[in-house]
Amino acid sequence: MRESGRSRVLWIIATALILIWTVFPILWIVMLSFKQPGEIGNAPKFLPRDWTWENYRTVFSTDLFTSALINSIGISLIATFVGVVFATLVAYAIARLDFPGKKIILSFALAIAMFPVVSLVGPLFNLWRDIGLYDTWPGLIIPYISFALPLAIWTLSAFFREIPWEMEQAAQVDGATTWQAFRKVIVPLAAPGVFTAAILTFFFCWNDFVFGISLTSTGNARPVPAALAFFTGESQFEQPTTAICAAAVVVTIPVVVIVLLFQRRIVAGLTSGAVKG
Amino acid sequence: MAAITMKNIVKEYGDGFKAVRDVSLDVQDGEFMILVGPSGCGKSTLLRMIVGLEDITSGEMRIGDRVVNQVAPRERNLSMVFQNYALYPHLTVYENIAFPLRLAKKPNEEIDRRVRETAEVLELTEHLDRKPANLSGGQRQRVAMGRAIVRQADAFLFDEPLSNLDAKLRGQMRTEISRLQRRLGVTTVYVTHDQTEAMTLGDRVAVLRKGVLQQVGSPRELYEQPVNLFVAGFIGSPSMNFLPASFDGTHLDTPLGRVPLDDPRKAEAVGDRQVVLVGIRPEDFEDAELVSAEKRQRGATVRVRVDVTEWLGNEQYAYVPYEAPADLAGQLRDLSRELDSDQLRTQAVVALDASSLITAGDEAELWIDTGKLHIFDPATGENLTRDEERVAALGRHADRAREAQRRAQQDGNGNGRPEAKAGESPSG
Ligand SMILES: Nc1ncnc2c1ncn2[C@@H]1O[C@H](COP(=O)(O)OP(=O)(O)OP(=O)(O)O)[C@@H](O)[C@H]1O
Ligand SMILES: [Mg+2]
Repeated sequence: MRESGRSRVLWIIATALILIWTVFPILWIVMLSFKQPGEIGNAPKFLPRDWTWENYRTVFSTDLFTSALINSIGISLIATFVGVVFATLVAYAIARLDFPGKKIILSFALAIAMFPVVSLVGPLFNLWRDIGLYDTWPGLIIPYISFALPLAIWTLSAFFREIPWEMEQAAQVDGATTWQAFRKVIVPLAAPGVFTAAILTFFFCWNDFVFGISLTSTGNARPVPAALAFFTGESQFEQPTTAICAAAVVVTIPVVVIVLLFQRRIVAGLTSGAVKG
Repeated sequence: MAAITMKNIVKEYGDGFKAVRDVSLDVQDGEFMILVGPSGCGKSTLLRMIVGLEDITSGEMRIGDRVVNQVAPRERNLSMVFQNYALYPHLTVYENIAFPLRLAKKPNEEIDRRVRETAEVLELTEHLDRKPANLSGGQRQRVAMGRAIVRQADAFLFDEPLSNLDAKLRGQMRTEISRLQRRLGVTTVYVTHDQTEAMTLGDRVAVLRKGVLQQVGSPRELYEQPVNLFVAGFIGSPSMNFLPASFDGTHLDTPLGRVPLDDPRKAEAVGDRQVVLVGIRPEDFEDAELVSAEKRQRGATVRVRVDVTEWLGNEQYAYVPYEAPADLAGQLRDLSRELDSDQLRTQAVVALDASSLITAGDEAELWIDTGKLHIFDPATGENLTRDEERVAALGRHADRAREAQRRAQQDGNGNGRPEAKAGESPSG
């Protein structure tokens, strides 16, 4: 009894430490976003002296930010949609069919996931400029899809593998073609998996910085994480730190909301292959 | 409705394993055929080849007059109940049953009518809006049946449909399936390894062993006139006792005692073999004290030591251990292992009348009905004393019984139970 009581206390302490470690920077940014632009450096305190929404107003009235927000949303959604459709088809084939080269495709997907993204940025920059994809939506969507696919394929094929094959055979005996069996039985059953894959892909695109800053030059296609770096704030003479913090909070909110809403699903999706498969 | 004809069917899996070897089997139009055999003998494989989920390595499969070797499952017009039911978890009971009809693009009114009729027959009407996950085992089983019978399939295929149910429900569903099949009169192939299902449901039973078809016949024929040791041991519970014996022209010398062999046909069948295996079913023994003097004349009496008795109320089992020569004992052990039986030592199982007062440890007199014993060749396992005349008579009897049962069922439909009328239309 004593032993377990002590270990409980230790657990609580450890948890608290980790919580502070991870939450503190976020809280700090939130606090900064509510301070007056001039307050930074003059009054080094954690809490703002005068709470203000001004930074948020600044952020939303800046073209740089609003266009970046539209870019981010549009590019991420399109990349997610296309990527998940591809990944679903590929993962189904991998889980269900026995074809030569299946192993190679899977290892290839894994290799891409391991690939250092940064090393590709240089060549891609040159190539995109030559073929006219530089600073366009497709110029970002294409690399996003290729780098998000491996994770989506792995997640989804774990899901597909768990659907009993007999379900599909039953459909075939009932008179379904392979495509009908896939559409009417397999896809509805794999919906949670498809959903998880979609969320993960969306995060990947939404959070990307490297491609966003290297393959764009104007508000045409620049996504929010990259745009933050170019933020100047309202006045040229003040550091735009508080406004940048406000913008950071704005882009973080969708991520936090999605995670909170679908926490269980994401965890289940990430571990389902590992635990049962 | 259609007959299913299999000619020299072979299945070799990708890893080179031959699961079905040269099986030829005719399932007649409207017949209820049972496939039995120990685990892993290829029953499911054969069934899946019929329905088209497994490629046929060689041989010919016909449904009606059509060779279906290369035909996709959905074009064979068969319906199947899977062992784990394979219901669609995202659809309601109604939609599960309607699934084959929707795929066939039937008009909505017809779908609705047929689903409701089927649900009525299977007593699922009040569950139509529920999801399979919320149903009990028996209800799920009925939904799977509903999905199978809702359209006019040429044949029904069942893969151990009752194995997930508890004993009581299994009994209920067994009679249900039997009634439904006789009423619809649809050709049916039913895989099981349950003795009772095999004996009670089928018009004929096919016994498989390691992918090889052993015997096809009415349940009675398999029980009374098995072709070999394997079928003799597999059909019947508790299994037939196999006693090693030597034959001296008039008597069989078994470990339980000397038994006269009066029947000249059987004596001739033994020929000049030195050692044979004598097969006696447990119920062909009786406590000698309870056997009338006149009946005693028709059999033999042996004195044995009884090891254990089990009194069950309606009958009583006694276990009589015996010594067997090492080589034969090994062979018998292999056989009993193959039959999934749990007998570890050589002992005879004897069914006695419940009123018998024989107790464990006693020396007891047992009477053996020698007219019913079988003699097997220990080397090949072949039954030397199979009576072809009797087999033919049993065959004729089975045909007559089947006719009578069909007629009775059809009469019952006309003036009988309320659900009978609903059941007729899915049969088309
Ligand atoms: N996909 C496969 N690849 C290789 N061998 C297989 C495959 N499926 C089944 N087998 C083998 O074929 C044999 C027959 O299998 P099958 O499933 O037909 O047995 P069964 O008679 O239905 O047994 P049970 O009563 O246990 O269901 C088994 O020995 C099994 O190991
Ligand atoms: Mg099986």
